[in-house]
Amino acid sequence: MDFLSQALIYLAAAVVCVPIAKRLGMGSVLGYLFAGILIGPFILGFIGKEGQDIMHFAEFGVVMMLFLIGLELEPSHFWRLRKSILGLGSLQLGLTTVILFMILITGFRWQEAMAIALALSMSSTAIALQTIKEKGLSQTVSGQASFSVLLFQDIAVIPILAILPLLAVHGTSISESGHQTFIDQFPGWLQAISLFLAVGIIYAAGRFLIVPMLRLIAKTQLRELFTASALFLIVAIAMLMQLVGLSPALGAFLAGVVLANSEYRHELESDLQPFKGLLLGLFFIGVGVSINFELIGSQPWLIAGLVIIVMAVKAAVLFFTGRIFKLTNDQNLLYTFALSQVGEFAFVMFSFTGQLKIITPEWMSTMMAVTAITMTITPLLLLLNEKVIDPRFGVKEKPIDREADQIEVHNSVIIAGFGHFGSTIGRFLRANGVEATILDNDSNRVELLRKMGFKVYYGDATRLDLLKSAGADDAKILIAAIDSPETNMELVTTARKYFPDLRLMVRAKSRMDAYDLMDIGLQDIYRESLHTSVKMAVDVLTSLGQRSYTVTRQGQKFLQYDEEALIRMAELRHDQKQYILQARENFRMQEELLSQDLRQNLSENDHAWDSEEIREGIAKNSEIAK
Amino acid sequence: MSKRILILFAHPRFEKSLNNSLLVNQIPASPHFTFRDLYELYPDFNIDVDYEKKLLEQHDVIIWQHPFYWYSAPPLLKQWIDMVLEFGWAYGPGGTNLQGKLVFNTITAGGQRSAYNKDGYNRFTIKELLAPFEQTARLCKMSYLPPFALHGTHRLTKEEAIETAGQYRRLLESLESGHIPVDQMQSFSYLNDWVINENL
Repeated sequence: MDFLSQALIYLAAAVVCVPIAKRLGMGSVLGYLFAGILIGPFILGFIGKEGQDIMHFAEFGVVMMLFLIGLELEPSHFWRLRKSILGLGSLQLGLTTVILFMILITGFRWQEAMAIALALSMSSTAIALQTIKEKGLSQTVSGQASFSVLLFQDIAVIPILAILPLLAVHGTSISESGHQTFIDQFPGWLQAISLFLAVGIIYAAGRFLIVPMLRLIAKTQLRELFTASALFLIVAIAMLMQLVGLSPALGAFLAGVVLANSEYRHELESDLQPFKGLLLGLFFIGVGVSINFELIGSQPWLIAGLVIIVMAVKAAVLFFTGRIFKLTNDQNLLYTFALSQVGEFAFVMFSFTGQLKIITPEWMSTMMAVTAITMTITPLLLLLNEKVIDPRFGVKEKPIDREADQIEVHNSVIIAGFGHFGSTIGRFLRANGVEATILDNDSNRVELLRKMGFKVYYGDATRLDLLKSAGADDAKILIAAIDSPETNMELVTTARKYFPDLRLMVRAKSRMDAYDLMDIGLQDIYRESLHTSVKMAVDVLTSLGQRSYTVTRQGQKFLQYDEEALIRMAELRHDQKQYILQARENFRMQEELLSQDLRQNLSENDHAWDSEEIREGIAKNSEIAK
Repeated sequence: MSKRILILFAHPRFEKSLNNSLLVNQIPASPHFTFRDLYELYPDFNIDVDYEKKLLEQHDVIIWQHPFYWYSAPPLLKQWIDMVLEFGWAYGPGGTNLQGKLVFNTITAGGQRSAYNKDGYNRFTIKELLAPFEQTARLCKMSYLPPFALHGTHRLTKEEAIETAGQYRRLLESLESGHIPVDQMQSFSYLNDWVINENL
């Protein structure tokens, strides 16, 4: 088939299936997978064997995704996550491998069992992270836990790929099997050195070569040249990594981290984003295409059994590790379901072990089918979790009113997003006697805030029905303080359309975001920082009718108090020596802060320029004189 | 011919002051009056000087209305004076933009009128204590009138306050109508007395 008609089929399948999947609330991953199944050899038959080749090409999307993840991850943040990466990651990988190995050893030679167990313990970065990002859960505890585990797996791929040849029993060396890398001809110690050298080269190049290069290219003012050089960068890294036998994804991730602090971070991000999206989509289509229904049809029970056992073991281990790291039940379930599939690395590992003749070709394709099925099931499981399990066991969307017959009182202020910007506003308003209704999609935070007496709705604030039930019809002010500028923009667009009387006060992350918000005609735009969040809260109180100078002074006092609280709590932070997730730590600090707010009534004792006291004093005096 | 009156009001805690809201409520709802609530407009003390100058140019009578804190005005009014009355615009060479305009203070004070006396509790008269304002007006070539005052706010009964408030309204109406005999007014120590004397 020629290139054009192939492209036509892939694109058409994506364009048709993904919007339908999205509309049905299933997320884009599932849409792509179904598109693949649809055009694959077993339904419409547009794509045959070449699906495999497409997948090799599309794996590049995973590489790009890791580069972009690296870009968003500043080294300091990476360092803070080190405990959960090492702790959660090693626990998950180790336990899963051991348990699967014990099961498999009953029917396989130990070498086969080992290789298969290792491959099956990997999870899919593409599916899990894509889904978590789509749901805006990257900063939640479950999001961070998932990320930690996936990152550890990416790193672990290196030693695993190094170990696999040792399991080969037929004395096949890699070079014979066709999987040839440049450094294979070197002795072992030299291979190890070249490994470190490659990582070192990426680091040094990122620092001293790539940034100056990008600077030169940016000067040409040719946008497509910048895009080209961004692509060049990724391809070069992938090549280098393959040369030394490392995972290209890991190399790309490293390069991303190195470049995270450079001034071209946003440029690179926005240039590569569409490529990543398309390639990942292609990758998922490839997974769908490669599901061998003929094989499944010939041994349905075996494959179904394998899928169930593998996913059950993985899920059990994940849930257990989540428990150890004290994830709450609904967060733990999300984390468990998000990572319970077998990942794309397994494809690589299975074909590698097949080439090494560790496992038979039949088992190789069976295992690949199992992998593809688990990947397809994951979005369905997540959907099931979201629609059926979570509403029953997790955080309820609406706050439970303490008294059922109490008339629903709607607050006049709604805060969407209770991150560092929104929370400052909520705290300040509360200190000044104004209770706001809060919308947030982080279940841990919602629970905490409800415990602290806030009225909180759990869910996606851009949803019209959630805004309605939070009282947007009667409220005066909606504060859009969501961390992601895109989501925030979506929120204000919806709010303006359906609640034209609602005054919108909006957080802007950057100058550019502010311009975008101004373009759609908004006026109350606050470019984010601690001070602008307080300023926004001051303006909220003023527009609710309080005197501007009085609340301005309250704002100044609040900033001073907050600074003191910061210093006090900085020491508190290191008290706990437990293994603790960064996000969980943040909640502990936030809880402490909120209860400190309550203990110290911030607006009390402001008697400045209030002659009431003088009058009372005089009255008392004259009584004594009598 | 009717005059235009600019009231520059400065109270850092207006929401707590019954007497000042009583006085502010007397301002006629006429297009000839401009009421500027300075603490509400400039909570951060960042005064829009150009706009304030334009307002001054458009009015004939300027009233500084404020509580008489520590024998002076609240800090934002002083800030207004410091920022707006520029050299070369309000005074000094070429500083003739305020020439001929009228200005006076409307104050609320906790002490009784009798306390502001050589032999009283506060040792100086209100007129003496307001000397910095008087001299400011003079330097800007404006005519300074005696103050309008609501005294003894700490012990005032509601009826007394309402009576004084009524005098304030009659004063403002008189100013608007252009009935402003400056020399005669300046012979009184309070504008309150002039209103009573005129039997307005």
